[in-house]
Amino acid sequence: MKRRNVLVGLAAFLTAGCAKISKSETFTGLVDSAEKLHKGAQRMLGGGQALAREYTLADISPSFRGNGNTEVDSDDYRAHLAAGFADWRLNVGGLVERPLSLSLEDVRALPQRTQITRHDCVEGWSAIGQWTGPQLSAILEQAGVKPEARYIVFRCADSFGETPYYESCDLNDAMHPQTIVAHQLNGEPLPVANGAPLRMRLERQLGYKHAKYLTAIEAVDSLEGIGNGGGGYWEDKGYQWYAGV
Amino acid sequence: MTRPRKRHQLSTRIWHWINAFSVAVLFMSGLNISNAHRRLYWGEWGFEPEQAWAFIPRFPGWATIPGYYSLAIAREWHVLFAWIFSVTLLLFLIVGVLNGHFRRDIVTHGKDWRPGAIWADVRAHLRLQFDHAGAKYNFLQKLAYGLVMFILLPLMIVTGMAMSPGMDAAWSFLSEMFGGRQSARSIHFIIAWTLFGFFVVHVILVLLNKPAKNVGEMITGGTADEAA
Repeated sequence: MKRRNVLVGLAAFLTAGCAKISKSETFTGLVDSAEKLHKGAQRMLGGGQALAREYTLADISPSFRGNGNTEVDSDDYRAHLAAGFADWRLNVGGLVERPLSLSLEDVRALPQRTQITRHDCVEGWSAIGQWTGPQLSAILEQAGVKPEARYIVFRCADSFGETPYYESCDLNDAMHPQTIVAHQLNGEPLPVANGAPLRMRLERQLGYKHAKYLTAIEAVDSLEGIGNGGGGYWEDKGYQWYAGV
Repeated sequence: MTRPRKRHQLSTRIWHWINAFSVAVLFMSGLNISNAHRRLYWGEWGFEPEQAWAFIPRFPGWATIPGYYSLAIAREWHVLFAWIFSVTLLLFLIVGVLNGHFRRDIVTHGKDWRPGAIWADVRAHLRLQFDHAGAKYNFLQKLAYGLVMFILLPLMIVTGMAMSPGMDAAWSFLSEMFGGRQSARSIHFIIAWTLFGFFVVHVILVLLNKPAKNVGEMITGGTADEAA
């Protein structure tokens, strides 16, 4: 037997074994522990509210790649787009004292934060852009999050087939100073490919957390019963909920 | 004297095999992750073909974990074994300093670096003569093992951490010291294949030089006398 064949054989043995293990409960348990370990370690090292690096105007990449859904395939969205999102609403509800329904004007009237940050896609690429919008914490404070709330869920206008996109984060990430509801990219209203008219920025996490085409923000005590319970569209497909790695 | 000292201490043997398995899983799941975006860039950012310095071929299923394309599952294997690999490497490095393994067997001395001595060692390798009186390892072995244990494997951990956005917020110097996240990703990829090269040479040299004895000793420990 040639050495290369031995190597291929060993690799095949390892992959076949791994395919079995990937589906076992022990393995999923271990992976969940590794995910918790990562989250705990990163928050410990950064003191929980460490800021993602911010860049200068000179660092901004010449374009900003749109990934996942780069448009919303619905007549409703196309009508909003044609009307300049004049009637777009961002609903804030769930476990809050005062549910809100914000127009884009309301969102722009809140204190604004502008940050130039690097966007890291789970696929491996990065882009740098300047984002502007109110801090999520300001919106949540206005709505008054009830003490039993543990997660914030982001609802989106886009979907893959019949499955709507959604995301979620815990209160640590929700109240983080760089977590903003962005309505501008590089000083211009958000392009459609990047989530017009509103998208989330969660700067310490991978791109799929940054929900686009944002329609609603919901405070909940559990992620069960939302989507498939994984806490996000990609999480329901097996991606990690804590997307800081 | 009570029992003869083992050629390979227990800590070395345990680490060697856990490390071998972890690195194999990390490499093969890493190839699956590479398939998700098959371009490499320098600097902080990069996403378009014209920004890339390297275009990576798609790695076939038999070489990846899992054996079909799944970024989600490959990442689960990768970040789980990253912990096992990092913690065991750290423990091995601490133990190796404390018990004198590195000082005794790996550290080289000035005279080892004389061109004549290195040339003699290279010629001995080319003639497939691996008997070396006195020290446990010859110069090229010390150099290769030292490079892998102290530089390449730790660099894999550091470049891996530098790619994590959460880690970048906590310790931004990690990606800065490599000149940006995409540079860290490129270096991660290059070192992964450098380590694969080490693995191939390592296995070939073991096969050429009493494979059963060498592999056996890495399991049972062997005795120190045989090495001299």
